[in-house]
Amino acid sequence: MHSKIFESYQSNDRSSLIPLLQDVQNIYGYLPENALRDISDFVKVPLSRVYGVATFYNQFRLTPLGKNIIRVCRGTACHVKNSANILFALETELGITAGQTTRDKNFTLEVVNCIGACSIAPVILVNDDYHGRITVKDIPKILKKYQTVNKTETAEATK
Amino acid sequence: MKDFNQLCCEKCWHTTEKPCEHFIQCCTEGPLCHHDEKCKQEISSLRKRLKYEEHDKPIIMIGMGTCGLASGAAKVKEAIEAELKKLNLEAVIEGTGCIGYCAVEPIVDIKLPGKDRISYQEITVKDVPRFIKTTLVDNEIYKEKLLGSHGKSNGVVNLKQVPFFEHQHKIVLANCGVVNPDSIDAYLANGGFKAFDKVLRLMKQEDVIKEVLDSGLRGRGGGGFPTGKKWELALKQKSDQKYLICNADEGDPGAFMDRSLLESDPFRVLEGMAIAAYTIGASVAYIYCRAEYPLAIERLKNSIAKCEEYGILGDNILNTGYSLHIKIKKGAGAFVCGEETALIGSIEGKRGMPKPRPPYPSNAGLFGKPTVINNVETYANVPPVIMMGAQKFASIGTVKSKGTKVFALSGNVKNTGLVEVPMGTTLRDIVFKIGGGIPDKKEFKAVQIGGPSGGCLPDSVIDTPVDYDSLREVGAMMGSGGFVVMDEETCIVDVAKYFLTFIQEESCGKCVPCREGTKRMLEIIERIPKRYGTDGNKLDQLQRFKGMIHLQRLADVIKDTSLCGLGQSAPNPVLSGLRYFRHEYEEHLYDRKCSAGVCKELLTFTIDNELCTGCGICVKKCAAEAIVGEKGQAHYILDNKCIKCGMCYEVCRFKAININ
Ligand SMILES: Cc1cc2nc3c(=O)[nH]c(=O)nc-3n(C[C@H](O)[C@H](O)[C@H](O)COP(=O)(O)O)c2cc1C
Ligand code: SF4
Ligand code: SF4
Ligand code: FES
Ligand code: FES
Repeated sequence: MHSKIFESYQSNDRSSLIPLLQDVQNIYGYLPENALRDISDFVKVPLSRVYGVATFYNQFRLTPLGKNIIRVCRGTACHVKNSANILFALETELGITAGQTTRDKNFTLEVVNCIGACSIAPVILVNDDYHGRITVKDIPKILKKYQTVNKTETAEATK
Repeated sequence: MKDFNQLCCEKCWHTTEKPCEHFIQCCTEGPLCHHDEKCKQEISSLRKRLKYEEHDKPIIMIGMGTCGLASGAAKVKEAIEAELKKLNLEAVIEGTGCIGYCAVEPIVDIKLPGKDRISYQEITVKDVPRFIKTTLVDNEIYKEKLLGSHGKSNGVVNLKQVPFFEHQHKIVLANCGVVNPDSIDAYLANGGFKAFDKVLRLMKQEDVIKEVLDSGLRGRGGGGFPTGKKWELALKQKSDQKYLICNADEGDPGAFMDRSLLESDPFRVLEGMAIAAYTIGASVAYIYCRAEYPLAIERLKNSIAKCEEYGILGDNILNTGYSLHIKIKKGAGAFVCGEETALIGSIEGKRGMPKPRPPYPSNAGLFGKPTVINNVETYANVPPVIMMGAQKFASIGTVKSKGTKVFALSGNVKNTGLVEVPMGTTLRDIVFKIGGGIPDKKEFKAVQIGGPSGGCLPDSVIDTPVDYDSLREVGAMMGSGGFVVMDEETCIVDVAKYFLTFIQEESCGKCVPCREGTKRMLEIIERIPKRYGTDGNKLDQLQRFKGMIHLQRLADVIKDTSLCGLGQSAPNPVLSGLRYFRHEYEEHLYDRKCSAGVCKELLTFTIDNELCTGCGICVKKCAAEAIVGEKGQAHYILDNKCIKCGMCYEVCRFKAININ
């Protein structure tokens, strides 16, 4: 499935390593082991180095994702507006900690630094929907929207 | 004519392959190569249309930056489209960038033919029917949500007199939210690329450097290194290949200036880069942009493609023989990659780890070749420097810091958003005059400036002017422009803990003092608000105090022995806290109290049995099962079970939970 993306890159060029990893992650949502091996062969960089790069950067994931991705902003502005409580509430509600996926593979919880919507802090991003100025009380309501709905159907963003 | 790339008549010979060297001038004064009233008319009427000076249909402009979208601008746009259809009205809808007043998004502007452009704030889907009817059908002002006028309309306040804008001085942000960021024609019509044109045709490389040096422009990415000097060093290097890099990594977790600039005026940044690349003789340039900014990356891609189509970038630019190719590299989420040598490593496909300098990038940078690396805002300052001239630019600001600085104003302040002020403006003016002070009648406590490398500045130094040197003196840093306001409910120990956690996670791990030292520092700070067993525990107390004694020395060692700026400035948030808020640390240590009510472990939660109705909602929500009580009767919290999460306080509808 990922063999196609190699077409737009030059073999043997180390500087395409990160863009390649990004493209592969775009396809699968994470970096499967066999893809890492293929990339290593393609750019002629030892697998250990590829692994090193993949684990150095926050963007890359080595495990699959849930159906819905919840990103909690932990930037400074959101921190000042109590995003720690929001994160805690999400963690208790979903029964997982940041970086994990629920057992039913419905939600993945992630922490990010400033998504650039500080003016409506605290912010969480569920898939592509921003939910701003939220309180702990809003959380069950927000989660409910995504409990059954598919990733493609966007639920209404709260203001 | 549809756009400037179209020929006015067959006498015009401008094409992408063989561009006319007078193309830019032609857009504003053309045609230059032949005299024809009709052509002149056509070009000028296109220009007027693009500047919204001449049009027959109403134009509706919606702020579609990230923060506008987050506030629901897309929904408002849909609603407006539907409403227009329903009423059978004709109007042009355009998405613009960010005007900076993010607190009142979604912002919608209406421009009726022959009238001034009027901005409206906080337009919601519910407003739309009445809003459209009032403005487009009745031709009146929708007073409830009026923000201001871009012109001199009688009766409507001018935007420049709105308090948020009154004390600003927009140079870098001049086009943001005003000019359509998707349209190269709109940029050209508003005088875009004139500076690049002037440089290409009339200035030698040394002239440009002299101009930039005389202007006093210093890097806006944090360090404040004189931009002209950096370029001079790179120009002097002899090499077959030189590179230029735009640093759009913006890792400070409370800053969004660069994002907004790239989304709202991408052409300006490209123009600045093109001037810099020409000056040092680079033919390839990279923009290293955070992957978290998808909209900015999208806009940049389109803008580069447009410039190439118009012959302003690519091979043989405007027939001068000079070629420049700009490429985009997506970052992969590492704060340290904002550091220049780490960024270069990341473009080369390695882990982003800083390298010792020298050699400086201007000698041996990307792929070992001379490289200039500047911040987004630095590049955006270059076209104005060239157009207004060094002297005029240098007349703005203070003795050692020239021009303006853009700040991302956020946190506990009324008017959050993007502000641009002349260097030398005081912190007080930014917080109270522009920011409108603290909401909900709370007390001001501090501003955090400079992000993880900066510090928290209290009331006592709030009259400090913002410039590189004054901020350093008071223990903060200009940084890239994060400006987070904190009120009485923010705990300084908690903020120090927050930044240390961030730094400690983002340290690349190369140097021991940074990697291990910040971890130890974090442990010491974390211990302050912790309750190990009962408070009388002697060992626990001892550890807490011992840690505090070591803190200062640890900070000094980390500062002195780390390789890159991340480590060298890592202790700043703690040191500035100790300098200005020692009493708060002491309160935590000796009195075991957090008066801001943030450090959870130092709080006790109780239920007011007068107010408690016994609804039982807190029992359901308490993860620790610490609340007991019968339905309909007042409930109690078992302190030894309570984990101080605050959930009961948040969910209680009767305000029966007390925290002290
Ligand atoms: C840890 C660290 C993070 C940095 N992050 C950024 C950043 O996000 N954006 C930026 O422009 N400069 C950043 N810098 C500064 C760059 O190293 C470099 O000085 C700057 O890009 C030079 O551009 P200027 O002269 O235009 O400021 C960072 C430096 C350090 C040490
Ligand atoms: S100071 Fe820290 S971030 Fe910088 S090179 Fe050393 S370990 Fe890496
Ligand atoms: S603070 Fe949290 S743990 Fe304590 S009683 Fe309230 S809900 Fe329960
Ligand atoms: S800090 Fe959360 S969006 Fe900026
Ligand atoms: S994005 Fe619109 S004002 Fe900030």
